[in-house]
This record gives sequence, structure tokens and C-alpha cells, in this order.
Amino acid sequence: MAPAVVTLFLWMIVPLVMTIWFSLIRYNLMQPGEHGFMGLENYHYFMTDPDFWPSVRHTLMLFASVIAITVVLGVGLALLVNEPFPGRGIVRVLLISPFFVMPTVNALLWKHMMMNPIYGVLAHVWHFFGATPIDWMTDLPLFSVILMLSWQWLPFACLIFITSLQSLDREQMEAARMDGANRLHQFWYLVLPHLGRSIAVVVMIEMIFLMSVFAEIYTTTSGGPGNESTNLAFLIYKQALMNFDVGVASAGALLAVVLANIAAVFLIRLVGKNLD
Amino acid sequence: MKQPPFPWIRMLSAWGVALLLFFPLFWLGLTAFKTEMQAIAVPPQLFFTPTLDTFAEVNERSDYLLHAKNSVISSVASTILGLLIAAPAAYAMAFFRTKRTRDILMWMLSTKMMPAVGALVPVYVMAQTSGLLDSLWSLVIVFTLSNLPIMVWMLYSAFREVPNDILEAVRLDGASVWTEFRHVILPLTKGGIASTGLLCLVLAWNEAFWSLNLTSANAATLAGLIASYSSPEGLFWAKLSAASLLAIAPIIVFGWFSQKQLVQGLTFGAVK
Repeated sequence: MAPAVVTLFLWMIVPLVMTIWFSLIRYNLMQPGEHGFMGLENYHYFMTDPDFWPSVRHTLMLFASVIAITVVLGVGLALLVNEPFPGRGIVRVLLISPFFVMPTVNALLWKHMMMNPIYGVLAHVWHFFGATPIDWMTDLPLFSVILMLSWQWLPFACLIFITSLQSLDREQMEAARMDGANRLHQFWYLVLPHLGRSIAVVVMIEMIFLMSVFAEIYTTTSGGPGNESTNLAFLIYKQALMNFDVGVASAGALLAVVLANIAAVFLIRLVGKNLD
Repeated sequence: MKQPPFPWIRMLSAWGVALLLFFPLFWLGLTAFKTEMQAIAVPPQLFFTPTLDTFAEVNERSDYLLHAKNSVISSVASTILGLLIAAPAAYAMAFFRTKRTRDILMWMLSTKMMPAVGALVPVYVMAQTSGLLDSLWSLVIVFTLSNLPIMVWMLYSAFREVPNDILEAVRLDGASVWTEFRHVILPLTKGGIASTGLLCLVLAWNEAFWSLNLTSANAATLAGLIASYSSPEGLFWAKLSAASLLAIAPIIVFGWFSQKQLVQGLTFGAVK
């Protein structure tokens, strides 16, 4: 079965090697024919871009807050719908739906129909309470993106927790109740440890997808205003397709891989032992 | 032990939260049946005479059926191809483990965290030189590749669930690798394999970046089509909604029916 691993490895490594090569040469689509060796200059250029550190910060903030929001609310929601009640099947279906919405539709839907400061639904809600509507995309760009992403990933977290909760040992809970453990204690000492593994799973999968969020930012704020919602993926996109600088963009992509790996090492330590 | 009756407050809040989360989709669906004037009316209209005109317009402007066909073909083909490649790899990793297996898995996952745009230029160049630009082949290959890490990982976890005793017994009986796979592992892990396939189908269906950049008229998928609606048509909400609804409806309905299966497999066997 080794050939399969090798094929897989090759298929993944070829673009990577090409990216490494591009990152070391001068490669700007506006200046064809100039492919001189640059060494690490592309990296230097990318890292000294004034947008670089903000975009690293935004990348980390984005995925930390979405993960925090979805895990906390997901646990809460899962507890809420854990016991049977009339219409639970429908509630489940409604809850999971946002997960299947494609990111571009998600972004367009929120940008136009929900968050538009004049016609958007949220603007009407604000008016109803006598407040001035927020211009989400301009005033709170990063938060808006976080909100959209949380909306998309909350169903995912919630469903995994629901599945997990269903296997919680009822007799153990009953025993704890008999012994006089209050709800908080039951939650803290029984429910939460039981959910540990599924929390690990949710964190890991969300991390994979949230590190390279692109479509939502591209379709809503385009990284702006200024650089306030630019993350690494979007910064690389700007270099590649707006400045046509493939060399710098490739360097950026590799830096993103390094960052992803650093984050991965930290989280896998936390999460990995739960998955073995 | 009798279950305590479910208090109505909890029931109401569960319904409330569910409706709240679903509301944006409900609104999208509603707007799709409005005229452009109704779509941006202040205050928003909840009751109106629904119209199908926008759907007709959307279909006239861009061939919905062609894009839907592209979406179906590229996502189904990449899922099947991906399963065929990932299964042997995951099999090897799960049953013939070395010290490095774990590192390889981690490495695979970390490639998934690299922004797709970083690989855009190499992939574009390769597609161009092989004449696969704007062809479904390029999409199938790219979707397969980008989903491979997840597929290998999920299948790996599914295979790890197979009890070692059974395998040893089968091997002692001298079963070939194929027999072992076909008659022992496949039946035991079909849930995991199904959910791996389901997730990849959803991911491939929703993938917009590559569709936008590697295809134009012939091979664009629905996700690519919607992404192309993004800015200049900002205020044609009814058309935007109709097109979006047409693009997400198939996969959402599919998701409703497969949710249980999907969730069970997604938890990597960690949740039972």
C-alpha cells in the first residue's frame, strides 16, 4: 500500500515545491521575462509590508473567536435540545442548515440582506428599538466576518455535541443527582469532561478551515476598510492578483503554511491526545 | 426512571434559537420570490404576492442547468476519485503503522491550512499547459486533491476502529489483502466511508475559489457562478436571492437527509 501514500505525497508536494521555487525568484506578471534569483528577498518584502502583522493578528483573532463562540454556544445549544420535546426533529434540521450554505452565498446574504445599513434586516431591528443602525461592513468589518463565520460553524459544533451528549451515561447523572450535585456541578464534573473529545474534534476541524478563510472576506469587505479585515489568505491574494507579484505571493503562502504549522503544533498537543 | 417532562421554557427557547439561526436562510428564500422593488422595500415586506419572474431571469442570464450539471459532476467525481485514492493510503496508515504515520497525517492536515491562493499560480500554470483550463477535469482533480487530507484522516480514524483481534484472525486464515478489505473492513467501516464521502461532496459543491479561477463559461459550477455575482450587482437582491437559493437548495436538502450519517462520521470515531 505504500504506492498510494507516495502518490498522495507527490500530488501534494508538487504545488508546494513550485510555490517554494516561485518564492525564491523574481516573478511579476507585469514584468514578463525577468526571472532572476531573489533569495529571500520576497519573504523580506512580504514581511515588511505594513499589512503583514495586522493580517497575522486578524487571522489569529478570527479563528480564535469563531472557535470560542461556536464551542461555547454549541455546548449550550446542544444541552438545550438534548432532551426530547415536540418538534425536536424540525429544530435539528433548522439548526444544521447554515452549515451547508456555500461561503459565497453566506457572505452575500449577510452583507446585503442582513447587514445593509439601510435596507438590511438588522437595520430594521435597530430602528425598531429606536437605535441608529450600524454600518457593519464599515464600522465593524472584522466582527462582521466573525459573525458570519460563527453562524456557519455553530451548527456544525452543535450537532457534534448533540451526538456526543446522547451517549452520556444517564445512570451516572442520576447518581450524581441523588448525591446532591447541583446542575453546575453536574455540568462541570460530568458533562464537560464527557464532551472533551468532541470539543477537540470541533476545534481541529474548524482550525483547518478557518486559517484560510477567503471567500467571506473577498465577497464582503475585500479586506477593508484599510486593512481592518485583511487576513493572511486575503493579503496573499492581493499580492498575487492585484499586484501580480507571484514571487511575493508565494513567499506569503509559505509563511502562512509555517504559521499554520505553528498553530497546529500548539493545538495538536492539546487536541491530538484526545484523538489517538 | 421516568424522564422529567420537558419544561416549556426550554422548548420555547430551543425553538426560538433554531428559528433565529434559520432566519437568514428563510429571508433569502422569501426575497427570491419578490420583485426587486419589494426586495428593498422599507419596512421589509413579510406578506406579498410571490413571483417566479426572477428565477426565469436568472436562468435566462446564465444557464442554471449547465452550472448545476457541472456542480454535480465535479463534486461526485472528485468524491469517488478521492475515496479510491484515500482508502488505500488510510488503510496502510491505519494497519501498518510506523512512528512516522502520525507525522504524515499532521503534515497532510497542515497543507490544508495553506490558503488556496498560495497554490493558485502553480496550479493555473499546470492546468494551462495541459490544456485543462475551463474543463471539468481540472476541477475534479483540484477538488480531489484539496479534499484528500481530510478524506485520508477520516478514513484513517474509521479504520482504526476495526478491532485488531478480527484482523489477526483473518490474516491467520491467509486471507488476501483484497479479501480482508472487501469482507472485513468494508462492512465494518461503511458508516465512516459514507460520511467521508458526504462531507467531501458538500465541500466540493461549495468550493468557489478554484471554480472562479480555473473555469469560465463551460465548466463553472454553481458556487463559481454565485461568486461572480458579488459586487457590481449589489442591489439586485431578488435575482441574487433566486440564484443563491437555486445554488444552495440541492445541497441543503441533501444535507437534511444525510445529517445523522455525516455527524457520526465527522466525529472521527471520537464520539460514540
